[in-house]
Amino acid sequence: MIVGIDVGGTHTDAVLLDRFEIKKTAKVITNRENLIKSLMEVTEEIFEGEDPGKLEKVVLSTTISTNAIVQSKTDRVGMILAAGPGLSSEMLRINEDTRFISGYVNHRGIRVAGTDRKEVTGIGDIFEKEGIDHVGIVGKFSTRNPRLETEIGDIIDGRFRHMSFGHRMSGNLNFPRRIATTYLNAAIWNTYNIFVKNIMEYVGHTNTTAPIYILKADGGTSGISQSAEYPVGSILSGPAASVMGILSLTNDNRDAVALDIGGTTTDIAIFAGGTPLLEPLGVTIEGHKTLIRGLLTRSIGIGGDSRVRYEDGQLVIGPERDGPAAAFGGPSPTPTDAMIALSLTNIGDRGKALKAVEEIAGIKNCSIEEMAKEMFDLACRKIISAVNEMLSEINNKPVYTVHEIFEGKKINPEVVYVVGGPARPMASYIDKMLGFPSFIPEHAQVANAIGAALARTTTELTLLADTEKGEMTIAEEGIQASIPRGFTRENAIDICEDKLRERALRMGAREDDLDIEIIEDQVFNMVSEMGYSAGKNIRIKAQVKPGLVAGFKKEESDVR
Amino acid sequence: MSDNKKKTGLIFFPAFDWAISPTHPEREERLLYTQDQVFEEGLLDLDNIVEFKPGLATIQDINRIHICAPDAESVITQSHLISAGGAITAAEKVMQKEVDNAFALVRPPGHHAMRIVHGARGFCNINIEAIMVEYIRHKYGPKKIAIVDTDCHHGDGSQDIFWHDPNTLYISVHQDGRTLYPGSGFPDEFGGPNALGYTINIPLPPNTSDEGFLFTLDNLILPMLDEFKPDLIINSAGQDNHYSDPITNMAFSAQGYAILNDRLSPDIAVLEGGYSIESALPYVNVGIILAMAGLDYSHVTEPDYNPENIRQPPQTTQYIEQQVSHIYNLWRNRRSQRAGVTKGGEYMRRDKSIFYDTDGISEQQKETVRICDECGGLITIDSQASTGNRIFAVMIPGQSCPTCRKKGEEIFESTAGGSYDYVYFQDRDRDIFLVK
Repeated sequence: MIVGIDVGGTHTDAVLLDRFEIKKTAKVITNRENLIKSLMEVTEEIFEGEDPGKLEKVVLSTTISTNAIVQSKTDRVGMILAAGPGLSSEMLRINEDTRFISGYVNHRGIRVAGTDRKEVTGIGDIFEKEGIDHVGIVGKFSTRNPRLETEIGDIIDGRFRHMSFGHRMSGNLNFPRRIATTYLNAAIWNTYNIFVKNIMEYVGHTNTTAPIYILKADGGTSGISQSAEYPVGSILSGPAASVMGILSLTNDNRDAVALDIGGTTTDIAIFAGGTPLLEPLGVTIEGHKTLIRGLLTRSIGIGGDSRVRYEDGQLVIGPERDGPAAAFGGPSPTPTDAMIALSLTNIGDRGKALKAVEEIAGIKNCSIEEMAKEMFDLACRKIISAVNEMLSEINNKPVYTVHEIFEGKKINPEVVYVVGGPARPMASYIDKMLGFPSFIPEHAQVANAIGAALARTTTELTLLADTEKGEMTIAEEGIQASIPRGFTRENAIDICEDKLRERALRMGAREDDLDIEIIEDQVFNMVSEMGYSAGKNIRIKAQVKPGLVAGFKKEESDVR
Repeated sequence: MSDNKKKTGLIFFPAFDWAISPTHPEREERLLYTQDQVFEEGLLDLDNIVEFKPGLATIQDINRIHICAPDAESVITQSHLISAGGAITAAEKVMQKEVDNAFALVRPPGHHAMRIVHGARGFCNINIEAIMVEYIRHKYGPKKIAIVDTDCHHGDGSQDIFWHDPNTLYISVHQDGRTLYPGSGFPDEFGGPNALGYTINIPLPPNTSDEGFLFTLDNLILPMLDEFKPDLIINSAGQDNHYSDPITNMAFSAQGYAILNDRLSPDIAVLEGGYSIESALPYVNVGIILAMAGLDYSHVTEPDYNPENIRQPPQTTQYIEQQVSHIYNLWRNRRSQRAGVTKGGEYMRRDKSIFYDTDGISEQQKETVRICDECGGLITIDSQASTGNRIFAVMIPGQSCPTCRKKGEEIFESTAGGSYDYVYFQDRDRDIFLVK
């Protein structure tokens, strides 16, 4: 048995799967002030009459980290940056407790200026005096050489509750994003760790020994205690749960578009051959561009409850929501009211819906039906144009080799999956406009919880080897090791895969879920000024890609 | 600083799978560390910097500017279509006003490629800026365009292409040709009879540093641009004037390049040479991008940067001051020199020996231009290359006068194929390219 729990803004859903079949679902109102309470309630409900001994695992998709950031319930963080030349410090400063030090590393990972012990100690003194408990240490190019960051950490070790290191966040290059990611990680570290502690205490009182997993933004899971070091990984797990849910309810290998049409927004995701696409660098939260691995989703302000009005002679929808649709007592006409007026659905109070649509029809001097049609059409068209824009962005993403320019793979969707309240009335319209068929999965109301339950453990690693320097780095793991001159691309791939496997198993992956894929594979010959070969620059990135746990696919039709 | 913020387009194409040969300076990792630095600085996340994928140039785009023997397909690789396409994409984004300016950070480069192309010279097969310039005129109509070529090597290809074009002010500032490839680019190379003064060469002595370059910019290049009043300014942004460049001898820095771009304020910049791939390019490119975007570039310095170490000697300063004043006088007096050059003749001929160092081809060329007061003048070229190809080309310039066109058509008509392997006809106004 697997239990998936999705803590949403309004409801907390749970689903209990027995041999991949839905055995039971449960739903409680989310207590935003006390998420643990909602989790306990929903767990007790779903376990009633079940044998906890049969439980294999519990996967949680929770808003704890997202909420902490969105509601600014964050801790003060002392940031130490080793920036070196480049952007001005004003462009890099993330808060008023940002301090710059003189040491730095260049693009080859060579330390150009070392750590000044006195300088770092002095910054530590200031932080301590200010009562700061959490520190973030970030160097430019620290993924190429993490040593400078760890040295800074060693100098002030023991003086603060926790220190977050930039090189541990991601192997990707992008200093400002590394700063933001490290800052957020440090800022929510305490809140998240208290949450984990509470959960573990609660689990301790139950009769289960089943492992607890947390769903991450990339649609993969991580063991809860392993996630405690990297709390930012668990932000935005809600949209990830939704995408993984749709994947589990559709379960095919085609290029596809997924639409989750809600009350306020429509979330769009894209599948390439059955795998959800990831953000190239990382997700954005509250204006912070980060290196947090996450699914590529786009949210637009069009939903069933979006406010519709006439502005400057033009019909406008959203992005705001005034309340529910007029048919449910809301103040403004909405696409839902239009769908009711067009008899595409028979929910709510039809009289109220007609009255609301009539109001704007009056302004334009047309019939209720004409206006309802126009409203519905505009809502669909806005969604379509966002989908097409997203596809065009993906397919026009810059590439850097002649081969990719001429042979690069394009996403060519063959199906659109639609979930959410207005899915049924809108799907048949949207698919015609997109030019490929739609599919509305069953059990969509608990898709998020199912998605969490069936997601596998994911992770990635970046290996850089420089045979001229005779050194190899895997920043995310803090590995820096000597390599022989004859070190090859094949050696690099082997090591990267091994370390990735170890990391995934440590995070709680099962051996048969280790679907490892090399996603970057570049080798450059470095040539000296004299024209002879000086060494090789090898760059390998490997991942366990987002997907569903092994065993599920074999019994494909069970969930349907 | 933020008041000057501009929206800058970046077309980045490092061609990580293309090299002239495995140890050639023009090889796969040339822009690798530049990519690393640009990515690590997070420049592409800034709201006023947008990256675009390069489009592909077409054979038609090439044939609008070049005569390739035997044809364009056989002198290029796919990579050239992308780098020329990248320059065109940069131009499109600027012309469509999607951005205020754009930088095509692409390779392979182009400024040594001349009108006639039998092969590669100076690492260049086709002239990506020239293709871009003609594309702009073809699509957006006649334009006065200034090209400021800041590559350390004289842009002899661009000079050859724009030699007779009074609507293109081609300014090349480079290391003195007596000390560096291709050995040309002296102040007396001043443009053809119909475009006298619209080719400007500014050779600078070895070890010229920021001070000398910026003096030349402020006292010569900018005043000429003020007078010429171009519709577009293009920077042929070679980066081999850098003090760490392995194949040149100048002392320009990343700060110098950034300041130059800030003051020059080009609409479009296109990368040319620059082979200090680890010590210079990452910093120079970040500096140029920030300067174009109107952002603070004052912290962009090479790790070993020390202005004292690269300061030019006083006699260099003095020499540059004289050189600048000499060239500025030439420019001011350009109109009065024409009669002395044309001597009342109807045609002028120049004979050229061209060596394609990259491909080891030599070419003998006879270029004839019609002296014309109405347009850039009809051009014919008779070219014999060591590949065995002998070709003849008739070229009608853009904004041509009826006489030059008519004469050109007659010459093409009457030239028998017999003595030539190929005879070409290129008409820019009508966008016609014929081969017989």
